[in-house]
Amino acid sequence: MTDDVLAARCPGCGYTYDVVTGDEREGFAAGTPWADVPDGWCCPDCGVREKVDFVPLDRSLTTGS
Amino acid sequence: MDAIANATVAPGSTQQWRDPKRYLWLIGLVVPSLFFIGYVGWLATGWPGLFWIGPVVILVIVPAIDLVAGLDRSNPPDDVIEALERDRYYRWITYLFLPIQYVGFVAAMYLVARGDPLGIGGEIPLWAKIGLAVSIGCIGGIGINTAHELGHKKESHERWLSKIALAQSCYGHFYIEHNRGHHVRVATPEDPASSRVGESFYQFWPRTVLGSLKSAWRLERRRYARRKQHPFRLSNDVLNAWLMSVVLWGALVAWLGVGIVPYLLIQAVVGFSLLEVVNYMEHYGMLRQQVGVGERQRYERVDPSHSWNSNNIATNVLLYHLQRHSDHHANPTRRYQTLRDYQESPVLPTGYAGMIVLAIVPAIWRRVMDPSCSPTSTATCRGRTSHRASAIGSWRPTRHHRRSSLSRPPVLASPP
Repeated sequence: MTDDVLAARCPGCGYTYDVVTGDEREGFAAGTPWADVPDGWCCPDCGVREKVDFVPLDRSLTTGS
Repeated sequence: MDAIANATVAPGSTQQWRDPKRYLWLIGLVVPSLFFIGYVGWLATGWPGLFWIGPVVILVIVPAIDLVAGLDRSNPPDDVIEALERDRYYRWITYLFLPIQYVGFVAAMYLVARGDPLGIGGEIPLWAKIGLAVSIGCIGGIGINTAHELGHKKESHERWLSKIALAQSCYGHFYIEHNRGHHVRVATPEDPASSRVGESFYQFWPRTVLGSLKSAWRLERRRYARRKQHPFRLSNDVLNAWLMSVVLWGALVAWLGVGIVPYLLIQAVVGFSLLEVVNYMEHYGMLRQQVGVGERQRYERVDPSHSWNSNNIATNVLLYHLQRHSDHHANPTRRYQTLRDYQESPVLPTGYAGMIVLAIVPAIWRRVMDPSCSPTSTATCRGRTSHRASAIGSWRPTRHHRRSSLSRPPVLASPP
């Protein structure tokens, strides 16, 4: 299911993981699918919410901005 | 917009909300200025005892002001929060802390090594030099609080300033451990920086100092392991933060001689111990429950009941609302000026500054704090909450057997 996710947002602070850009600093190269991000991974900005809390974003939302 | 007939808007009623603490935040800059106050005082009076100004202000004067000045529960209304966050005035106050901190730090080391550069003051006796190192350590410790405020922000220049502020006290790993370690595991047995019921500050100190160090290194190592790289590189935030300390201390020793090393060590230990004593009280005895089953089991989400708060205005102004700790843990990236007081937040009998004095004497600390804690390790401490508590005079710890009369704060998140 999470294979389809192109971007996901932390519900606490708004940090967004985007599959296209990945997050190099966190160790996720550009293009790393959301499914490959470990479940225990925590939001790198607030440290409050974990991957399972993240809200998947629609394609329209990520490409529209 | 057209005026409406026979309709008058009361004068002043549409005026924008003004932050009552807007200019009070400048008082925070008094802390790094303490060195200069002590130095000028020494020149004026000739009494070197004034170099002990740091601990006197933090342990005596600020707690006393807290008792007199009382509480401030005001919160910014929802609709101004965004504008308040964006107002750059507030962040510039935190940036200004750093140059004052470092001019004082370097000047103090010069005084210790070479005496008064102006040639006005006389010889500084050893006991006053030690006092100067302790005072500089107090400034460095409060500087860790400034680093804390800066390190939580998303702007990269603020994260760099955070590490610079930590260089003086050699606590650069705090930037990583606090944001990625402490905030994730707060109020759980896995967090070295959350103290346990019955644990004295002196038991807590080695556990948090060593545990935080190990955890910071582990976090950065794991981050590089995901990239299949070894962690020994300059971009490692623990290593580059420590390198700043090595450069800073190394340059000072090269310039002023090895004689300043004991004073550098004193100020660093005092500095990070001041941070750790505040860590000690922020989550004393608080435990998050496990929720979920099997592989999905994890700790409940942090809620206001997992931090000790205080609305004592003097300490709040000096520590950039650090005492609004529940909101800080709910929204760690929120800037200090917008942090809010929650009615559900457990409240300490006085400000953090006064509580340091209690924490230094474990028997008194436990007498004050433990009655509001459950003796079992599975329940949390619950103090009086914000809307019930007032200043220390009327504060009574909640007796364990009467705790049922206090309603459990609502859990903000529904467990998965």
